[in-house]
Amino acid sequence: MKKILILGGGTGGTIVANRLAHRLRPEDAAIEVVSDSPLHYYQPAQLYIPFGEEDPRKIARSERKLLNPKVHLRTETVSEWLPEKQTLRTAKGEHLSYDYLVIATGSVPCPEAVEGFVAGADHFYTPDAAYRLYHKLSEFEGGRLVVGVGGIPYKCPVAPLEFTFLAEAFLSHKGVRSKTEIVYTFPLNDVFQIPSVVPVVRALFERRSIRAETFFNLESVDAEKQIVKSLEGTELPFDILVMTPPHKGATFLRGHPMADNDGWVKTDRNTLHVSGLPNVWALGDTTDLPISKAGSTAHFEAPVIAEQIEAAITRQEPSPGKATYNGHVTCFIDAGYGKATILDFDYAHPPAVHEPDDFRHLQKVALNKLYWYLVPTAVI
Amino acid sequence: MEGVKITKESDARGSFCPGPLMEMIRLVRSANVGDVVAVISGDEGSKKDIPAWINKARYELIGMEEAAPGGTRIICRKNH
Repeated sequence: MKKILILGGGTGGTIVANRLAHRLRPEDAAIEVVSDSPLHYYQPAQLYIPFGEEDPRKIARSERKLLNPKVHLRTETVSEWLPEKQTLRTAKGEHLSYDYLVIATGSVPCPEAVEGFVAGADHFYTPDAAYRLYHKLSEFEGGRLVVGVGGIPYKCPVAPLEFTFLAEAFLSHKGVRSKTEIVYTFPLNDVFQIPSVVPVVRALFERRSIRAETFFNLESVDAEKQIVKSLEGTELPFDILVMTPPHKGATFLRGHPMADNDGWVKTDRNTLHVSGLPNVWALGDTTDLPISKAGSTAHFEAPVIAEQIEAAITRQEPSPGKATYNGHVTCFIDAGYGKATILDFDYAHPPAVHEPDDFRHLQKVALNKLYWYLVPTAVI
Repeated sequence: MEGVKITKESDARGSFCPGPLMEMIRLVRSANVGDVVAVISGDEGSKKDIPAWINKARYELIGMEEAAPGGTRIICRKNH
């Protein structure tokens, strides 16, 4: 019997595990998910916590209940990966061996990587941090709100834009928008990394009087003086600073020979194999691929990996159409005021972006509600 | 660039915008004042984006040169 180890109980790892459990016989393979948490978080919901639209206590569910009963769940932290021995070591000192390995350990926000961030800035990339921001925004009576991206790559590329739009709408409804200046900072020479998205974002910024500060690479935060500084020498005063923290891969991957110093795993853009290892794959935020670190990326990658593992175990040729990832990503952008737009793209086709509308917003709200029933369960 | 001693160089060929620019920013962040760093990029956009960033950050663009095969070496001095 073959042993399949899947590291990570997020969207990608859970889908791979459930698809394999559906398609393989128990006598063919033992499937185990290793996750450092017994909970599965629906991370896109964190965006709505600062505006009181989501309850931080209700955005996670039991990973065990989301997994097919044939999948074993081990709640432990991986501390070391030895590819040459096909073995992993856990923080408790246990050794786990595998025939096939899927790395879906995601990305970790690292606010402590920037001087002054923890003391002076807020973010919404964990439920606790998002809830602290909810209190700040509730009490905010006007001033200068600076929102920005503190390093590339980061989880969910459109989230900082969405936060900016939602904050603008929230402050308007609260009656303090006229007393508030909103500034959006971005590390590159424009407001987003995909050129075809820029005109729609620029138009929204213009209509809603949001100022953009580009080529702003976060250097430090002076919590006492309430000033954020960039590597380029720009200084912005703030009353509330909401920065996307720099992100890194899982701790055990940082500096690993199969990853770079920040822990992004060297991954083939089509097969999703980890470089040079035919029995190891990576997906989702974990990879070094120049595509969005987003749940939808993992969602579209997971079947590609499941197809290859199933074919290897059943000694069949994988279906070429199903065993190749084409870079497909779908992201909604919530533009506030009950409107949203969608980005749908792949390696060969950049997104064509339309004006935000009610229908796309309805779709986004529906996905947020239906996620638990459709996505980790591999129904869609 | 004859006579220029490059302290650190990163080959970013195979990555596309914004990869090479972020690589230049990473090198500059880790460099000491006075160091010369270089990125080799295969992305045409880098020839515009990276000098624009160097100018914005008030560092010194020492130059750009062909780095075969299929790349451009962009050289920057961290002068402050």
